[in-house]
Amino acid sequence: MNERVIQIVRDAFPQLIEKFFTMTIPLTVLSFALAMLIAVATAMIQYAHVKGLQRLCRIYIWIVRCTPLLVQLYLVYYGLPSVGIYLDAFPTVVMVFGINEGAYLAETMRASMEAVPSGQMEAGYCVGLNYMQIMGHVVLPQAFRTAFPSLFNSLISMVKETSLASTITVTEMFRQAIVINGRVYETLALYTEVALIYLAFCSLLTVLQRWGEKKLSSYGGVR
Amino acid sequence: MSMLEIRNVRKSFGDNPVLKDISLEVNKGDVIAILGPSGSGKTTLLRCINFLERADGGTLTLDGQTHDMHSARKEEIVAIRRKTAFVFQNYNLFLNKTVLQNVTLGLTSGRGMNRAEAERIARDALLRVGMLEKADAYPISLSGGQQQRVAIARGMATGPEIIYFDEPTSALDPELIGEVLNVMRQLAQDGMTMLVVTHEMEFARNVSNKIIFMDGGRVIEAGPTGEFFSNPKEERSRNFIRSILNKE
Repeated sequence: MNERVIQIVRDAFPQLIEKFFTMTIPLTVLSFALAMLIAVATAMIQYAHVKGLQRLCRIYIWIVRCTPLLVQLYLVYYGLPSVGIYLDAFPTVVMVFGINEGAYLAETMRASMEAVPSGQMEAGYCVGLNYMQIMGHVVLPQAFRTAFPSLFNSLISMVKETSLASTITVTEMFRQAIVINGRVYETLALYTEVALIYLAFCSLLTVLQRWGEKKLSSYGGVR
Repeated sequence: MSMLEIRNVRKSFGDNPVLKDISLEVNKGDVIAILGPSGSGKTTLLRCINFLERADGGTLTLDGQTHDMHSARKEEIVAIRRKTAFVFQNYNLFLNKTVLQNVTLGLTSGRGMNRAEAERIARDALLRVGMLEKADAYPISLSGGQQQRVAIARGMATGPEIIYFDEPTSALDPELIGEVLNVMRQLAQDGMTMLVVTHEMEFARNVSNKIIFMDGGRVIEAGPTGEFFSNPKEERSRNFIRSILNKE
């Protein structure tokens, strides 16, 4: 590798990292938080068999899961303006990612809630708790525990999916690399650099997941 | 006047009638054993009384207030449950809570008690069932007998007027049954009103003061324990006792 390439990679690094921390991570955190909110609400509605709303939830999950994320992103950012709805790029990404991931996480949460033994619910009633108290103290905490590895999976996916935001003009880390590359044209080196930053961060998350699972297992079996 | 009165309870699962017009009365301090062969409806009866199953008909009178067992409203049911406790065959301790939290949850969240007071009561209840030293353990690390004793403490702590036991020892290894029965015996001696679905004949004979014998979804015979065992009136009761005695 010649010196010029090394210099380019070195110069690019702080710019990429800056975008990573100011755009990629905030996008991930906000989108994932929104996705979790939607997921828990959707899962609870289905778990409780709320008539009408339950149907709505199924339709939501059906549509979102059966259309590509990139198409959804284009539809909202480039499509909606033709009916007079203009949204900034950043909130569009958060909204679309949140709604998209929410549908998948809703299924994860629902399955985990249904895996909580029915006796837990009955015991809750018998000690005088109401439905929402049982949810908050007993069912949801146990469901989160079961869902934890899957939720983390989705979080790691989302870190990488934020690179799609580059297609609708959000200058997150990957778009920053595209911009730099347009100037210096060192495609292989720059995109490898970006890939390595994603790899490093997602590896860190993987370690965090293992640690979290160990922490949570204290009431699951191994002490 | 009786403390708890159940009148004409009916319950079917699909086309299968499980409870056919059951009535019973419980007085304060009674320890009533509900006996009968498998499938006689004992457990369903208990579950209907605490609204874990909705009866198709019947009334429940607790503390002089009568409730329709089929159409009771949510608030009525919550109010009834706060006066009772239920011990399950498979314990059903909250798996994500420590032993102590299992006992306090019904007091703090269920009854709005402050934490310090709830913990004092919970520790006292755990002491009475011999589980205080495990206060910070999670249920999964306890034996079945220990879990069931915690479940009983959880029931006692809320100060119920009556505790329902649904085959509390049926899921236990034989060597663990004794510790649970001892706790129940102590509870009975302390004057707790108890309604116990059980297969433990020793317990029924020595601890309960009344027997309700069920078969085929009906109460076949109900009366004082001594009479039931020494002089059963009904043919089916006699057969049941004979089969039990042969087994023993």
